[in-house]
Amino acid sequence: MLEYARWKYVVILVVVLVSALYALPNLYPQDPSVQITANRGAAIDAALRQKVDATLKSAGVTPKSIETGKDGNMLVRLSSPDLQTKASDALGGALGSGYVVALNLASTVPPWLDAINAKPMLLGLDLQGGVHFLMEVDRKAALDKRFEAYLEDLRVVLRENRVGYRSVERRPDNSLVVLLSNATDVGKAQELIARDLPTLALETDGDQLTLRVPEEELQKTLTSAIEQNVGTLRNRVNELGVAEPIIQRQGSERVVVQLPGVQDTAQAKRILGATATLEYRGVIEGNAYEALQSGNVPPEGRIFYRKEIGIDGKPVPVILNKRVIAQGDQLQDASSFFDSQSGTPAVRVRLTSLGGQRMFEYSSQHVGKPMAVVYTERIPEVKMVDGKEVRSTRINEQVISVATIQSTLGRDFQTTGLESMKEAADLALLLRAGALAAPMDFVEQRVVGPSLGKENVERGLTAVLYSFAFALVFFLIYYRMFGIITCVALLLNLLMVVALMSMLGFTMTLPGLAGIALTVGMSVDANVLINERIREELRAGLPPQTAIATGYERASGTIADANLTALLAGVALFAFGTGPVKGFAVSMILGILTSMYTAVSVSRAVATLIYGGRRKLKSIAI
Amino acid sequence: MKIFPLNLIPYGTKFDFMRLRWVSLAVAALLTIAAIAAMATMKFNFALDFTGGTSVELRFAKPADVDAVRSQLAAAGYSSAQVQTFGSGNDLLVRLQAKEGTDPADATRTSDDVVRVVSTPGNPAQRLSYGYVGSQVGKELAENGLWALLFVLAGFLAYISFRFEWKFAVAAIVTTLSDIVIVAGWFAVSRHEFDLTVLAGILSALGYSINDKIVVFDRVRENFRAMRADPRDVLNTSINQTLSRTIIVSFVAFLTVLALYLYGGGSLQGMAESQMIGIVLGTLSSIFVACPLLTIGWLKVTKQDLMPKARDEAALARRP
Repeated sequence: MLEYARWKYVVILVVVLVSALYALPNLYPQDPSVQITANRGAAIDAALRQKVDATLKSAGVTPKSIETGKDGNMLVRLSSPDLQTKASDALGGALGSGYVVALNLASTVPPWLDAINAKPMLLGLDLQGGVHFLMEVDRKAALDKRFEAYLEDLRVVLRENRVGYRSVERRPDNSLVVLLSNATDVGKAQELIARDLPTLALETDGDQLTLRVPEEELQKTLTSAIEQNVGTLRNRVNELGVAEPIIQRQGSERVVVQLPGVQDTAQAKRILGATATLEYRGVIEGNAYEALQSGNVPPEGRIFYRKEIGIDGKPVPVILNKRVIAQGDQLQDASSFFDSQSGTPAVRVRLTSLGGQRMFEYSSQHVGKPMAVVYTERIPEVKMVDGKEVRSTRINEQVISVATIQSTLGRDFQTTGLESMKEAADLALLLRAGALAAPMDFVEQRVVGPSLGKENVERGLTAVLYSFAFALVFFLIYYRMFGIITCVALLLNLLMVVALMSMLGFTMTLPGLAGIALTVGMSVDANVLINERIREELRAGLPPQTAIATGYERASGTIADANLTALLAGVALFAFGTGPVKGFAVSMILGILTSMYTAVSVSRAVATLIYGGRRKLKSIAI
Repeated sequence: MKIFPLNLIPYGTKFDFMRLRWVSLAVAALLTIAAIAAMATMKFNFALDFTGGTSVELRFAKPADVDAVRSQLAAAGYSSAQVQTFGSGNDLLVRLQAKEGTDPADATRTSDDVVRVVSTPGNPAQRLSYGYVGSQVGKELAENGLWALLFVLAGFLAYISFRFEWKFAVAAIVTTLSDIVIVAGWFAVSRHEFDLTVLAGILSALGYSINDKIVVFDRVRENFRAMRADPRDVLNTSINQTLSRTIIVSFVAFLTVLALYLYGGGSLQGMAESQMIGIVLGTLSSIFVACPLLTIGWLKVTKQDLMPKARDEAALARRP
């Protein structure tokens, strides 16, 4: 009459144990720390370790520990956020551009928990704070790019309309000067430019046309570059899998990126600021060494260097066509994998239809000829000159592979020859997330406190505990023995939500707390439904044990309907919501699933345990 | 030992809720219309999350008390400034909306004012940098939010129609929508700040309200199948039977949220406020609006609508 299958008790026991285990890491605080990651070409080794030690010593910072992790990163743990900032500033200056120095919050979870992949729940920016990056657009690079585009437009307009010109160039004062081959064409050229490039101010002087770009037009260029970058950064952060970031435009040239809680901030930094891309170029056959010596490079070609080192100990030169067949922004999709044929990590890319078309045209005309893949990277450098920071950038171009075109190529490709799987994965991520419209530099990185303020958060959490305790006390008084059962179900529900959030790596935010508050409400509802139903059946004259069984059975249907409806709402909110709405949806979905289990199944198991065995049960405390 | 030691709600009540149905429906309709009108004419008092504002980076002579700074700002009229530590303990990042009447783009003036307000004789502040910050949620959120809401409603409609009857689905959705519209309307009328946590609060009010309706409807369905009575009596009985549950759940839920409102500090207040109103409305509307809707016009339910059909029986058999 009142029985509950033994295997269900086993399931409950397992669920409780697993939940407790995976909720456990949340009790360990995190260490503020500085993480050092090697860039392409640099290594984490004993020499670096000595340098780090020395730098910290001279900065007057005593680290808690310095360790090198499995992932090849060095982690300097510190005892306070103040020391963290100090250490990061000191190390950032001393280590130079070979390394990325980033702030991190390192976990103190013991290795045995780590081994079973038990991690603490991520807390959102509002509750825990995180890292704050301020990035600034490289104004000059953005403008250079825009002017290049103007020049190209001008050439195309003139060429297509058969207006001969001797030169089209940019002057240092940001004007564009066109020298026509024939002074009689001035009128025609003027007309064309006024039609196709109406924003430019035009002056003529004989066969010379001077074009000025108005200041507001330049400002617009910068603004749109920033806006485009915000989009790209958002894509990249999404690809990194960081939940609930803040990406905001600040002023006209800056972007603020805030990432919550613990994560590999070094990787975040490298990927946010990276401008690495791939280019496909045709190889111009000929002796590159000779061309290098004589300076006699074919007009359509340019010398690039391969990754491989030649007999002379220098990188092998190769002449490539100036024209790019396809490049980063024509890529539609990219993924990394290990190519067993070449024995190197590789990136599989898919071009857009336009890029694919160009690749098809080029390759069909050049079967049997070589084609090169150029990896271009822009590396920001900070040097101290006369006590002032001087920012500059170095462009690193490297031919990572030269392969013979075997047959006509279409949209899908593989590029081999990357240094490590990590590099391949990062590159694929960057290619997917799109290129920055203008390169950006990191101006500042800080650890920020919770945006709601630490006191507020603490007060909020205390209030949550209060409200929870209140519900428990109410149940204990109102339903007595069944109140205890309800309390067990509610507490287990909370434990399971925390464990699931931690296990699945979701980020907990204030809206997330609202979601949990709602599911506590739903769980309360389910328990009240059951308890009231049991009372009703008792009043109808059923014997206690039958009343319990009927109560649970009848209420389960109602609970299922009510919870599934709410679950549906949660799923839709998750699918279409962004940011905070999503955070709310996640905790609501998880909470509803767990509350259905705890309210219906676990509480019934406990009730059966208490009342099931007695033969002559006269009354129950409800 | 007594079997029923504590009862908040007497059992076996026989209130005739349906008698008031025209009054209660009219009140609900009026409130909804008023809420829509309020939102249309008065607009929301959107918070920094939505509007963007000025950010000021401050450096204090001594480590600063974030809470004290926040209350100084509140006293000076910046009620919802976000204050967070920024790197070391001496640096703070303050983000706030310009005061009403000042040009929001005039970050210089606002930041000057902030420095003046937060500096104390013992711990003067100095401005490191300032600027305009854009909104945290853009068009994207608004658009996606609308889509999400539409899909939630479509999902409700489909699920409730399948499990109950389309009339129940329509009644539940109309009532729930009117509940959340009224909650939102309250924020327009009261000019209380509308931020992301309020949005979350309203969404959870939506979840609570629909949940409440389903529970009552579930009993309505059960009674339609079991009782020989006219629909009006069935509805009345169902509401009375679930009354104790409805009130206890609302009571507990309301008091837990009240605890958040009272002790949670400023950050939780907006959320708790929207949830409290949502819980009260959701409960009242289950009793006074959702069920009465099932007695009028083309939403009128009959026994035939709810007699188990072959499809329903199969579904019931699968039910957990």
